[in-house]
Amino acid sequence: MSQNKADTNASIQQPSSAKPGGTELSVAERALIDHEISLVPYRKAAVIEALKIVQQNRRWVSDESLDAIARYLDMNAAEVDSVATFYNLIFRRPVGRHVMLLCDSVSCYIMGCTELYRSLQQRLGIEFGHTTSDNRFTLLPNCCLGCCDHAPALMIDDDLYRDVKPMELEGILKHYE
Amino acid sequence: MPTIRIDDKDYEVRDGKNLLESCLALGFDLPYFCWHPAMGSVGACRQCAVKVFKDEQDTRGRLVMSCMEPVKEGLRLSIVDPAAKAFREQVIEWLMTNHPHDCPVCDEGGSCHLQDMTVMTGHDYRRYQYRKRTYQNQYLGPFIHHEMNRCIQCYRCVRFYRDIAGGEDLNVYAAHDHIYFGREKEGVLQSPFSGNLAEICPTGVFTDKTLKAHYTRKWDLTNAGSVCPHCSLGCNIFAGERYGEIRCITNRFNSEVNGYFLCDKGRFGYEFVNSENRIRQPLIRGRLVDAVSEDQLLEYLRHLTGNGNIIGIGSPRASVETNFSLMQLVGIDNFYQGVNEDTAFLQKRVTDILESGTLRSNSLRDIESSDAILVLGEDIWNTAPIMALTVRQSVMKTAFSQTVQQISLPSWNDIAVRELTQEARGYLANAGTSGSPLDKLATHHVQAAPDDIARMGYAIAAHLDPSLPPLSKQENELTARTGEIALALSLARKPAIISGISACNEAILKAAYNIAWALKRMGKEVGISYVLPECNSMGLALTKAPSFEKALGRLERNTGTTVIVAEQDIYRCLPEEQAEMFFSKCGKIVVLDVLHNRTTERAHVLIPSASFAEGDGSFVNNEGRIQRFYKVYAPENNNVIEGWKWLERIGGGNERIDQLHTMIEKGLSQFAGISTEAPAAGFRIHGEAVPREPHRYSGRTAMWAHLQVSEPKPHQDNNAPLSFTMEGYKGIPPAAIIPFYWAPGWNSVQALNKYQEIPGGKLTGGNPGVRVLNESAEPRGDFFTDMPEAFSARRGRWLLLPAYHLLGSGEMSMESRGIAELSPEPYLALSMQDAVAMNATTGSTMVVQIMGKAYSLPLKIAETLTDGLAVVPAGLPAMPVLPFGSWVEIVKK
Amino acid sequence: MNSQAGMETPLTQYIKGNGASLGLKEYEAIGGYTALKKVLQSMTPAELQQLVMDSKLKGRGGAGFSTGTKWSLVPMGPEAPKRKYLIANADEMEPGTFKDRLLLEGNPHQLIEGMILAAYAIQADISYIFLRWAYRSAAVLLKKCLEEAYAAGYLGQHIAGSDYKLELYLHTGVGRYICGEETALLNALEGKRATPRAKPPFPQISGLFGKPTIVNNVETLSCIPHIVNNGATWFRNLSSSEDSGTKIYGVSGKVRNPGAWELPMGTTIRELLEEHAGGMLPGYQLKGILPGGASTDFLTGDHLDIKMDFAAVAAAGSRLGTGTMIVMDDKTCPVGMVHNLQHFFAQESCGWCTPCREGIPWVEKILWSIEQGAGRKEDLELLDMHTKFLGPGNTFCALAPGAMEPLQSALKYFRPEFEKHIEQKKCPYANHTH
Ligand SMILES: Cc1cc2nc3c(=O)[nH]c(=O)nc-3n(C[C@H](O)[C@H](O)[C@H](O)COP(=O)(O)O)c2cc1C
Ligand code: SF4
Ligand code: FES
Repeated sequence: MSQNKADTNASIQQPSSAKPGGTELSVAERALIDHEISLVPYRKAAVIEALKIVQQNRRWVSDESLDAIARYLDMNAAEVDSVATFYNLIFRRPVGRHVMLLCDSVSCYIMGCTELYRSLQQRLGIEFGHTTSDNRFTLLPNCCLGCCDHAPALMIDDDLYRDVKPMELEGILKHYE
Repeated sequence: MPTIRIDDKDYEVRDGKNLLESCLALGFDLPYFCWHPAMGSVGACRQCAVKVFKDEQDTRGRLVMSCMEPVKEGLRLSIVDPAAKAFREQVIEWLMTNHPHDCPVCDEGGSCHLQDMTVMTGHDYRRYQYRKRTYQNQYLGPFIHHEMNRCIQCYRCVRFYRDIAGGEDLNVYAAHDHIYFGREKEGVLQSPFSGNLAEICPTGVFTDKTLKAHYTRKWDLTNAGSVCPHCSLGCNIFAGERYGEIRCITNRFNSEVNGYFLCDKGRFGYEFVNSENRIRQPLIRGRLVDAVSEDQLLEYLRHLTGNGNIIGIGSPRASVETNFSLMQLVGIDNFYQGVNEDTAFLQKRVTDILESGTLRSNSLRDIESSDAILVLGEDIWNTAPIMALTVRQSVMKTAFSQTVQQISLPSWNDIAVRELTQEARGYLANAGTSGSPLDKLATHHVQAAPDDIARMGYAIAAHLDPSLPPLSKQENELTARTGEIALALSLARKPAIISGISACNEAILKAAYNIAWALKRMGKEVGISYVLPECNSMGLALTKAPSFEKALGRLERNTGTTVIVAEQDIYRCLPEEQAEMFFSKCGKIVVLDVLHNRTTERAHVLIPSASFAEGDGSFVNNEGRIQRFYKVYAPENNNVIEGWKWLERIGGGNERIDQLHTMIEKGLSQFAGISTEAPAAGFRIHGEAVPREPHRYSGRTAMWAHLQVSEPKPHQDNNAPLSFTMEGYKGIPPAAIIPFYWAPGWNSVQALNKYQEIPGGKLTGGNPGVRVLNESAEPRGDFFTDMPEAFSARRGRWLLLPAYHLLGSGEMSMESRGIAELSPEPYLALSMQDAVAMNATTGSTMVVQIMGKAYSLPLKIAETLTDGLAVVPAGLPAMPVLPFGSWVEIVKK
Repeated sequence: MNSQAGMETPLTQYIKGNGASLGLKEYEAIGGYTALKKVLQSMTPAELQQLVMDSKLKGRGGAGFSTGTKWSLVPMGPEAPKRKYLIANADEMEPGTFKDRLLLEGNPHQLIEGMILAAYAIQADISYIFLRWAYRSAAVLLKKCLEEAYAAGYLGQHIAGSDYKLELYLHTGVGRYICGEETALLNALEGKRATPRAKPPFPQISGLFGKPTIVNNVETLSCIPHIVNNGATWFRNLSSSEDSGTKIYGVSGKVRNPGAWELPMGTTIRELLEEHAGGMLPGYQLKGILPGGASTDFLTGDHLDIKMDFAAVAAAGSRLGTGTMIVMDDKTCPVGMVHNLQHFFAQESCGWCTPCREGIPWVEKILWSIEQGAGRKEDLELLDMHTKFLGPGNTFCALAPGAMEPLQSALKYFRPEFEKHIEQKKCPYANHTH
């Protein structure tokens, strides 16, 4: 039967076509997700945790990863994607080796994040939402990073940079290959 | 009844409702989008704002969303308050900032809720100066067209699709003003209720793709109220016609039957009416020229039927009237049911039980308001789709009513009710031979062989009623479950039992009865439903006529018997050889039917019958409700008339349906009430008939100009108080004859509110339909005690059972391209273990041997199927008719 | 960070600064978890609720609702649902706000103790810290502190030897300002899209997974151990105004010494700006302030003597909000700044209700076009219209009304600047475009 056809008899299924590799969750991923499931009243309540776990591991959530999560949590891919696309920091497209979050909220705005952005644009040759061609950085705008007393602020992966001046960027970027 | 004050006038309103419902019930025009009577309030669109005031002194008031505000005694509100009006207009302006101004090319135009609300709020000038956002559309299958740019983000589609229909593959994505509604990837929508999106969506995002293929504006359609001909539930529909073609089917509300929704088979299964395969001309085969005139035909037939050696075969898809007229023509003793022996036997069991009056025959509304449901041996998802949807609503509502009691939350507050209820569900036990999508919802679900399902039913009844002998021993896990199921049913106030004949097992029907009767004796407000195969199966079964196989002996004795078959394909009732054998014993064969089929090929005389759309008549649904359907349009081809009219003409009888009804009542008391199901043909309101065409119907002087420049005289209708024109009574007619919904300012389906006592409630003046199977005031009954033996698999033989497919098993609906496209290919399903034992895998060719004939089918492995059962799809055109319920040999090729 | 001598600063007094935080041993050494032991040994949940009620503690998350009253709405007693939840709202994403970070990074055990106490008061058995994703170091710290607290018997079964048991989990969010809205937060914790829920019913009745739930801000909860230790009267007397306790105030923008300080509730704006923040940077003049984060109304130099408490700021036409103020200087274009704010709110709208989803992006576009010199006179009317129609009650949650606060007040105080943009067809502040 072609895939496009609605099979209304649930029990009559083909045996599951499990493919190894990236289309299935790893043992380690499952173990982590299982733990999250144990903390909530029903399986699908762990979906955000599962997305985080998979993204932690794979840097972003591909369609295949999304399907794997859906299967594991007994959800439809649409339901998982509905949640995944709501949140800013679940990446449904590939990101570079380092994700750079530039705060563009009001205190940083007052303190010059616009100049910082221009400077980053020049240095990296990309705009918000894009990844450098060498796949090194993905540059994203971010809401207030909560260090308004040290604005402007910038986060690269897990590292927070405060009071950043355009001329300091060179030195900062050096740490990320 | 609390009194509320609206714009300085007092009104009595119903308790427990919200302000929006109350205002609409009073006839006020108040705009809304996200609220829906069947889905409650979520407060998302902010369109329904009104002002409420604390007291007499409060002149400022505050804006509230009327859909989220409960009615309270003495509450003061204003609809016309300038601030409220301005806000409502502003909400439209916001929605229109990104809405394409493409009404002229939009399928929704003219029946668009957004258009109506835009006009209602007075928004007419665009101040937004910037670019509109745009989206990409998705291919969603053959039924639903997607045009995301028109979306106003009211969330109705996902709420319907997920919360009501239980579908999973449509959802909302992203956030802020990038919200997107669709599938994760493009592809066919998986829910068989997807068609309702076209009505649920207040704009042109989701529209009927089959209508698009021969598009007509709503105002250009000729319409009539009708009854869906595709299953035994009898959902109420509107059919719309233009240029002699049915263009679309939409829901006709009936709060006791289908409520607001239809299944995709019902909505999209109409294309057979327009099919190439229609019979259009009377034929007498074997003449020089087969095609004959009406006079030639009638003369021939009068002669043929004159000698008395004649039998008639009625049909479960023919109307009550057609079956009756045939019965009259051939004589009551010569009338047979056009169903096979097994089906007739099972249906008789059903009618015997229901006619005894021991139990209430449940309407869908009764099922919805039940608080525990047992489905015993019927795959209702596929054989009675809207019943499955109803069961789903019941299970959800039971859970809701349990939770809302905890904190006294109004049940219309959908968003809060769902958050409180979370994953709690009301009680549903589903027992069937194959799994069902309903299982996900069920507290208990069981898959077993039919006899074991029946045994389980007997055991449940024995748990409920001490007078019944218990099962000798707890023989397997099935019987172990029975205690839990019995307990759940016994804790309910209003349990509902559902069963049916598709498992080909009489014991299941009896077991279902036993359970219901035991519950009744416990004082429960219990009801029962038996699902039957066709739209008028009940109407045919109620004639009590024998199955046509019973006529075999007599055909052998009296050779040359003329056989009249009314709208049934004998080849769908019997395996090929038996059908051949039957026909070989007939004399002249006269067939009336809608479409060509194998039986019409055998006909010596062939007569074109009107479909439901070109004819008047009635069906009796599975509940025992007689429902009237009306001729939507008079076909150009005046050979295409109702079966009953032809039969009356042959017999020289009467062609007025009202008179026929009186005769039916006289002849067959079981149909008492049929004459009152709808207003008589002569009924007029202020001297006017009710127009089938909206008053904006266009082009009637021009639409046939390519054939004839003079406007044809409108067809006269002798059988309904409806006119075939746009002239006539403009107000709201009695419920049974409503041809479409329209009210000033309400061009979309939302106009329905104006036709109901309160939004979501009964149609004004009562829902149409007359119930003929009623519970007696002092019911008496006995239990069945003949429990079957437990099922045991046999070596080398399998019990052959049918699998019904919502899209695929229906004879007529398969003429619709989209349905054919989505129907399954033939297959044979076996359990994993049986497949392994035969060394077969998915796709292996299996050979089913029946009476020396071999049928090859590809194997499907059904993981949860019981060993020893073999399942094949029923009713597919490519599938031979097999003797379901019997043991067959299967080998691997 | 530390305050002046003589003033009590219970929340921050032991915070070391420089990113170092208090471990369990250090926290116990300064009296940590004594409040918990005291309560478990000698107070009923009702008594603890009463104590907090008497302390007149008001929520520090922005709305200033009485914490005691909030707790009192939770069903109690044998009939109450078995499962209840207590949640610390550590989502802190309000632009200009960085006060909870100080507490989370400086003294996590104080929050944990406060949470256990609050949970006990409502007899919750599961609690969560909902932490925003960007607070990476706080996440590491909290994880460590939770382990310590479990190991020490402050969490889990038989807390501090009593019959009371509580689980405490750390949940880190995946971005979206709306997650800070308490009902949206509940949906996020349930693994759903974080759209807000309808109120009523309030979370106290139907919250996380449909069970009674209290959501409190980090700072609110951090006050609880001190109220237990020192009493309600002490707490009330900490403040120099009607509202009790201390408050962590913050200042950001072009000031000499931006930062956050714990001060008596009711400290004046002048004191904050001039004494603690050290006044404006040389060459910059004060033009306006958002007293309590991005979703509060502008105040101006005329308001410097206003006390920063809930009533006084409200009387001046704004809100105390989070108490962390953003200073707008004379070289920052008000139109540009308001555009920046509206851009934020437009992006962070959840998309549920029409006015917010469609209205704020429109506002954003208008402001952008004014800033770019393409504004029209009518645009100001459209902005006014939005401030009127996106007000409280008209939208599903408080995000959009919050977004309108800086806009409506900017239109009030800085209208001539908007008009100048339109008349001159350009931004008079050359270098501030975004
Ligand atoms: C859009 C929006 C965002 C919010 N964000 C936060 C937040 O990040 N942190 C917080 O504590 N409260 C936030 N709140 C307030 C919470 O809804 C809630 O009132 C608060 O957590 C209650 O805690 P409290 O009573 O201790 O103040 C937000 C409210 C809204 C409307
Ligand atoms: S105001 Fe409406 S759209 Fe905006 S965040 Fe709240 S609920 Fe969502
Ligand atoms: S109908 Fe009331 S808010 Fe949508």
